[in-house]
Amino acid sequence: MSSADWKNYEPVLIPNVKDIHKIDVYIKNGGYSALKSVLTDKKKWADSKSVVDEVKAANIRGRGGAGFNAGLKWSFMPPADGGPRYLACNGDESEPGTFKDRKIFEYNPHVFIEGALIAAYAMQITAIYVYIRGEYLAYIKMMEKAIQDAYDKGMIGKNIFGSDYSVDFHVTYGAGAYICGEETSMLESLEGKRGYPRVKPPFPAQKGLWGRPTTINNIETLAHVPSVINRGASWFSSIGAENHPGPILYGISGHVNRPGVYELPSGIPILDLINDVAGGMKNGKKLKAVIPGGSSTPVLRADQLEGITMDSESLRTAGTMLGTAGMVVMDEDTDMVDMLWRITHFYHHESCGQCTPCREGTGWLEKIMLKIKNGNGEVKDLDLLLDITTQMEGRTICALADAAAWPVRHTITRFRDEFEARCKKSAHAVV
Amino acid sequence: MEYEFTKEDLKEIEKIKAKYPEVMPATLPVLWVAQNRFGHVEPEVQRLVAKTLGLPEAHVHGVATFYTQYYKEKKGKYVLDVCTCLSCQLCGGYDILEHLEKTLGIKKGETTQDGKFTLNEVECLGACGYAPMLQITNDKYINNLTVEKTDKLIDMLKKDEEPEYEEIEMPLRKVK
Repeated sequence: MSSADWKNYEPVLIPNVKDIHKIDVYIKNGGYSALKSVLTDKKKWADSKSVVDEVKAANIRGRGGAGFNAGLKWSFMPPADGGPRYLACNGDESEPGTFKDRKIFEYNPHVFIEGALIAAYAMQITAIYVYIRGEYLAYIKMMEKAIQDAYDKGMIGKNIFGSDYSVDFHVTYGAGAYICGEETSMLESLEGKRGYPRVKPPFPAQKGLWGRPTTINNIETLAHVPSVINRGASWFSSIGAENHPGPILYGISGHVNRPGVYELPSGIPILDLINDVAGGMKNGKKLKAVIPGGSSTPVLRADQLEGITMDSESLRTAGTMLGTAGMVVMDEDTDMVDMLWRITHFYHHESCGQCTPCREGTGWLEKIMLKIKNGNGEVKDLDLLLDITTQMEGRTICALADAAAWPVRHTITRFRDEFEARCKKSAHAVV
Repeated sequence: MEYEFTKEDLKEIEKIKAKYPEVMPATLPVLWVAQNRFGHVEPEVQRLVAKTLGLPEAHVHGVATFYTQYYKEKKGKYVLDVCTCLSCQLCGGYDILEHLEKTLGIKKGETTQDGKFTLNEVECLGACGYAPMLQITNDKYINNLTVEKTDKLIDMLKKDEEPEYEEIEMPLRKVK
């Protein structure tokens, strides 16, 4: 299905089925058939590697924001040696503008559980942990119930579907820390520590949880797996944009009439998402700017949006990224200085403090932005901000410093007039 | 004050420990058990967690202070965490925060004298499409706030009436 045909798309992650969150309803609608197939249909799935190959061919690009081919990531796991191996499912979603995985927890938890079980079998995992952000208490309880139900039905545990494959599945959760969405920070948190990201290499596939081979996947990424198994890699890769295929959960927030999460093919024109899907701008205001995929992805001006589609290629051409596809829409009355100050405040608050360029840099960004916001800034402060971003980017253990630097650099560059107008006029006269 | 876990708590802690190959991963969940029991994890409670798990106090203190949802001091009965981050900022999160400061007669970060309410400004809670919103004591989300809805909520909480869990239907999802 092409992106242009999105109006006829039938959702698979959040299908139009009442009570699909209940395991009986899920099974009645074909649920857990993909898991059964990979475990018992030896003609179709000769071994666990054949499952990895199929998922690799589908090219499910990681939906947590990094966009890496999930099957390829699975193939990095070393051969099984009889010791423990882990799958850690990342449900920490905390990037401002992102609120999609919670819809899977709430409306269709079993599609994620089934996907995680297939992934676990494919990589010969011995235990699965799903890490959910602590604020999502309601969804944590839902997941705990869904996993217990799956245990009770024999979908999790010993000798699933009579096969020789056994695995355990545990719910675990955080307690308020954006950084724990970074995959190695999440591993530290899972191990009961402060969420300090780890230096890579070694990569988690070599040394992950408790020093053992571990793969980390986003919730939505894993939720795509059952339909890839049922319908084939070619079905998945034929949906939406060629280089970034498949359905995507778009989260749309900000100044639109119908904010929310929408499951649609990748590669939809940004303007269609705003004007058709999300019901257009609130109160008939004009569109000013869009952050396409969470607060760290560079903002685009309204005049940069023509012909741009929601996939990594097109967005790269426009000078931004798909990220988590959590789109934030801003109308003509939005104060870009205030908006950027709030983003710098967020990253300063969430820096774990491990690396100096990030710990100090995010603080400087916020302080200077506050000065500008309060009308005490000078034009030279804008160039100082840009300079700081280059001192932060790529100089830290994890990508939080990059995530903090990009919005500063691109919001100032793309709305320079507005920032200069907020700076002290006398500054222009000072040489 | 002496803090002790109840028998049920200790049973739950055993169940938590069984999930992991080591004891240390139980730190976060057991801090949660403690906070649910005592309402906070003051240093004395952190010591109890350390003693119960046989872990260094410094480790438990380090973890408790890293994560914002653990209350390192006593809070009001209802902790109102108002999101003002990005989407909530754009949709009026600061108006809600200011309105609550006025209504409750406290500044953000403070607790009312009767110990009923603590008001906080927090970072993104992942409810961007339903902004502005707040969370009550690490539990229920109250979405799409207006001044009227906020006033109604405060009236309810004053009478110790808990609001319902709010389900939000997926737009375009016509349930069969």
